[in-house]
Amino acid sequence: MEKRVFFRNKWLPYLLVAPQIAVTLVFFFWPAGEAVYQSVFMPDPFGLKTRYVGLANFQFLFTDPYYRNSFATTALFSSLVTTISMSVALWLAVLADRVGKKAGRYTTLLIWPYAVAPAIAGVLWMFLFMPSIGVLARALGHFGYTWNHALNGGQAMFLVVIASAWKQISYNFLFFLAGLQSIPRSLIEAAAIDGASFTRRFWTIVFPLLSPTTFFLLVVNVVYAFFETFGVIHTITGGGPQQSTSILVYKVFSDGFVSQDLGSSAAQSVVLLLLVSGLTIIQFRFIERRVQY
Amino acid sequence: MTGMVEKKGWGLWLTHVGLLAGIIIICYPLYIALIASTVTQADLVTPPMPLLPGGHFLENYRAALFSGMSTPVWKMMANSLVMALGITIGKISISLISAYAIVYFRFPLRSFFFWLIFLTLMLPVEVRIVPTYEVVAGMHLLNSYSGLILPLVASATATFLFRQLFMTIPDELVEAARVDGAGPIRFFFDILLPLSRTNIAALFVILFIYGWNQYLWPLLITTDPVMNTIVMGIKQMLPSGDQTVEWPVIMATAILAMVPPVAVVIGMRNLFVKGLIESEK
Repeated sequence: MEKRVFFRNKWLPYLLVAPQIAVTLVFFFWPAGEAVYQSVFMPDPFGLKTRYVGLANFQFLFTDPYYRNSFATTALFSSLVTTISMSVALWLAVLADRVGKKAGRYTTLLIWPYAVAPAIAGVLWMFLFMPSIGVLARALGHFGYTWNHALNGGQAMFLVVIASAWKQISYNFLFFLAGLQSIPRSLIEAAAIDGASFTRRFWTIVFPLLSPTTFFLLVVNVVYAFFETFGVIHTITGGGPQQSTSILVYKVFSDGFVSQDLGSSAAQSVVLLLLVSGLTIIQFRFIERRVQY
Repeated sequence: MTGMVEKKGWGLWLTHVGLLAGIIIICYPLYIALIASTVTQADLVTPPMPLLPGGHFLENYRAALFSGMSTPVWKMMANSLVMALGITIGKISISLISAYAIVYFRFPLRSFFFWLIFLTLMLPVEVRIVPTYEVVAGMHLLNSYSGLILPLVASATATFLFRQLFMTIPDELVEAARVDGAGPIRFFFDILLPLSRTNIAALFVILFIYGWNQYLWPLLITTDPVMNTIVMGIKQMLPSGDQTVEWPVIMATAILAMVPPVAVVIGMRNLFVKGLIESEK
């Protein structure tokens, strides 16, 4: 896409892009370059000098059981968050779409969690599940189930998944609702005349037509679970117990800032960089296809 | 006439019940937090947890706002406001002018700059935490508003959004402006900016929420409690180990941390939905 008409000026366009480019170079490309650079160096035992070690940091990383575990944790965490938040959102969007125009009243009550920070979502859910005073932890206690996410890794994972999924439902809901409302009514009515039940209409007509929205949300939710849930994990579990909720982004932080293992943290940054790049490319290829529809 | 697939009677009733159940699940954590922020610590410690608000609203919120734990909450909210507005206004201004340059000018490095901006999508702060911290520390920007704001003001998304918008503006407007003797700067302020008003407003809503809710970045660079933002400052209030803390005050702080962004979403719902859907195109 190009404009036919444009202004002629030698220096003005450079002046206009300068602030954006300056911020981009200083705070994005320079640090990213530093990460790549540091990832091939290792400090000597006294921390006085660093020496070039090639890919040794990466080798260490991928033989480190904690790091490999962190991959598995991230995969489990992000697939649970994505599945739960997308299915609940789709269910609510289908109901809201059935109510029709009057659904507006409900919408506000369903979309506000979008505005809640992940860290605050963490505080809200942690409070419900505090072993000593949490309402839900006590309720579980009544049924003879002991809840303590500070000791039980599975419970900790459950809690961070619920808090993260809860926050993302509103986003998915809005996009699913928009997708449902763009499906031509005539298609669904034609199927209804043929006697197709609601469930059958949903799986044979509505769900396939929603697939561009679903795929788009799938990518967005995976990105969310990978990179934007740091606040949830930091407030509720701090990656524990025994690193059971230490997803990749959390590990970069704790290895870099808490344990000060810079070579490893830099190598982890590079691995994450490749992951984001892959996800971004998937997202953009998909969006280009959507434009052709 | 209602369409024939719209449910009536029982079906419609069940749909409403389903939606209400969803709303109850979504709103439950907020309700409990609201209750907890209006009772005393003793009410929370001795079961059962009260189901209706207590009479200690003013007391708890006053304690949070004016004494907090290490920093009073009003101070942390002020820091959050400066950061959120700085990020929002910064992102919108620099993206508007760089999109303007890319769409309305031809210059040698144009596509190079465009790609440079595009690539920032692949570099979220979470993946370059340590080196970005080092750069900011090297510039002596720790514990400063500039340090909180500057590294977050580049925006590929906003630049694309404005580029997209400018592409739809008819070329005749530029020609007309030229005939009237208006230069590029006059054209930007008199024509382009007024035409972008709604999009700027919609983006403002989304970016304000983004800015207010920042967590990791302020956590790293505000080592001085006076510079803490509310979203990260609440973490310092949480108990570590078996220490006892004033939960009603913490929950009041959590509510206060939610009020500005939630108010923006509810108060400007239509702009919010527009901004959300457009910024993902």
